[in-house]
Amino acid sequence: MSTIDTITGNAPAAAPRRARADRARPGRLRVGLSRIGYETRSYFRSPDAVFFTFLFPVIMLGIFTAAFSSAGDIQVGPGTEGISVGAYYLPGMLAAGMLLSGVQNLAVDIAGEKSDGTLKRLGGTPLSPVSYFIGKIGQVFVTGVLQAALLLLVAATLLGIALPTTPEAWLTFAWVFVLGITTSALLGIALSAVPRSGKSATAVVIPIVLVLQFISGVYLQFSQLPEWMQNIASIFPLKWMAQGMRAVFLPDDFKVLEQHGEWDLGMVAIVLIAWLVVGLVISRLTFRWIRRDA
Amino acid sequence: MDITAPTPGTLPNIGDAEIAVRIRGLRKDYGSLAAVDGIDLDIARGETFALLGPNGAGKSTTVEILEGYRLRSGGEVGVLGVDPAHGSLDWKARIGIVLQSSTESGTATVREQLAHFAGFYPDPRDVDEVIAAVGLEAKARTRVSKLSGGQRRRVDVALGIIGRPELLFLDEPTTGFDPEARREFWDLIRSLKAEGTTILLTTHYLDEAAQLGDRAGVIVGGRLIDVGRIDELGGAEARVPIVRWREADGTPRETRTERPAELVASLVARFGGEPAGLEVIRPSLEDIYLQLVHTAGAVAHDDEEALA
Repeated sequence: MSTIDTITGNAPAAAPRRARADRARPGRLRVGLSRIGYETRSYFRSPDAVFFTFLFPVIMLGIFTAAFSSAGDIQVGPGTEGISVGAYYLPGMLAAGMLLSGVQNLAVDIAGEKSDGTLKRLGGTPLSPVSYFIGKIGQVFVTGVLQAALLLLVAATLLGIALPTTPEAWLTFAWVFVLGITTSALLGIALSAVPRSGKSATAVVIPIVLVLQFISGVYLQFSQLPEWMQNIASIFPLKWMAQGMRAVFLPDDFKVLEQHGEWDLGMVAIVLIAWLVVGLVISRLTFRWIRRDA
Repeated sequence: MDITAPTPGTLPNIGDAEIAVRIRGLRKDYGSLAAVDGIDLDIARGETFALLGPNGAGKSTTVEILEGYRLRSGGEVGVLGVDPAHGSLDWKARIGIVLQSSTESGTATVREQLAHFAGFYPDPRDVDEVIAAVGLEAKARTRVSKLSGGQRRRVDVALGIIGRPELLFLDEPTTGFDPEARREFWDLIRSLKAEGTTILLTTHYLDEAAQLGDRAGVIVGGRLIDVGRIDELGGAEARVPIVRWREADGTPRETRTERPAELVASLVARFGGEPAGLEVIRPSLEDIYLQLVHTAGAVAHDDEEALA
């Protein structure tokens, strides 16, 4: 360690630099954008997060396609045009990716930061919680986009799945994706308040996420689930993300397999916005750098 | 103690503008337990103040109230003129905090971490110069999670000073440092002090307090039992030399005297030669501190730590 004189050049004694008043603190948005870069870099340097939240849907899509390749195409009814099992599961995997990138990733990540002292340290700096949230949600958005791109790339090239060609389909994809990933990110922040420690976070979060994936038509064909299970799944956002994605990627006549025989994009928007608001309110109410009067 | 004197620890003769930290009647209760039980203290701008005390005495609780991490149960606190319970982001930009335990698990490199944190502040120090100041040039491109405990502690210190704080909190900063690293750290702190930074240091190392502190305070059982310049702590009485020897029949004797040479000379005259087991001791800061803590009937409130 050299002395800090090297820092100031001269530093006469007892002359604290008080130029601070003239200099503005960097704005919340600017710091938030720098946090997106920082968080995204951290995410890709964490092998656990990358495997279980980034690559997992791609791997599952590959496994489903390979496992059921001999099962033949999925058809709405006899005589109609079928699609491959891989093509049928692609929308579900896109929805699962949004859920994992948002809910699982952030709930585990923030619970860990809470218990390892990262949040306490940040709370002692002039970082605004708004900038912190911009960083977290921005990271989910960036990695979610990359994940979806990777899924579509693998689907189109390796698995030979035909992707939609109409602008309308891609427009639907865009809003379902943006709404779904934002809702997931906020719900992840909200859920991070539940685990009592970083170590218990995966034990709390993963079962919730896993059960949702099974009942919401990610791993099991939604139309073949019993009605009561479909009704329970309809309360939660994942079913609607998957349904919105099916509207984009499946042939139009597959809508007869949906609960009401329609894609119901209006309900997709309403339910996702409702959960977005729920996530926002809970995050706002429960988030603390530390439990102050502990 | 003279009861007409101002409250111990307060500085009566300087204006508010020159006071960095002002504490009056500070209390923190956990149920029926008073972790902090009425503390009064002023710390002047530019001063380095060392807060001493056994574990669980209320040091960390006091410091965390000043940092804004805990809410007080009673009393008044001003840190750079602001109540830390309502400290704004602009206020946080003026302080630097080095927490007691280093838990940095980040995947960022030393340089990335410092550059990122520098971006939170209006007038940060130069990142490379701070890295050099804490002696981590060779590790600048190493991930923080791959550093040794002592090196991570240096990162903590670097993060504490990157924002060019007016007031720096150092909570047991050199725990885990080897002797050479501690001396280098002391040089760093002296140069921050020369720049005019106010420093509040909590430490278990009394030599560290003696090396760096302008004044020190001793907290026992949530109360500030003594405050003063390091060489005045415990009062003049505590510094009276001790002479020990053994009588001819082997009985150990001990006497405190301002004139040890005279006593030894009289012993030599009495024994007609070298007294057995002769020792002349000037109490060290550590002796004085232990005596203070002992006299105050220190009961380490471990339950406070448990609650925290």
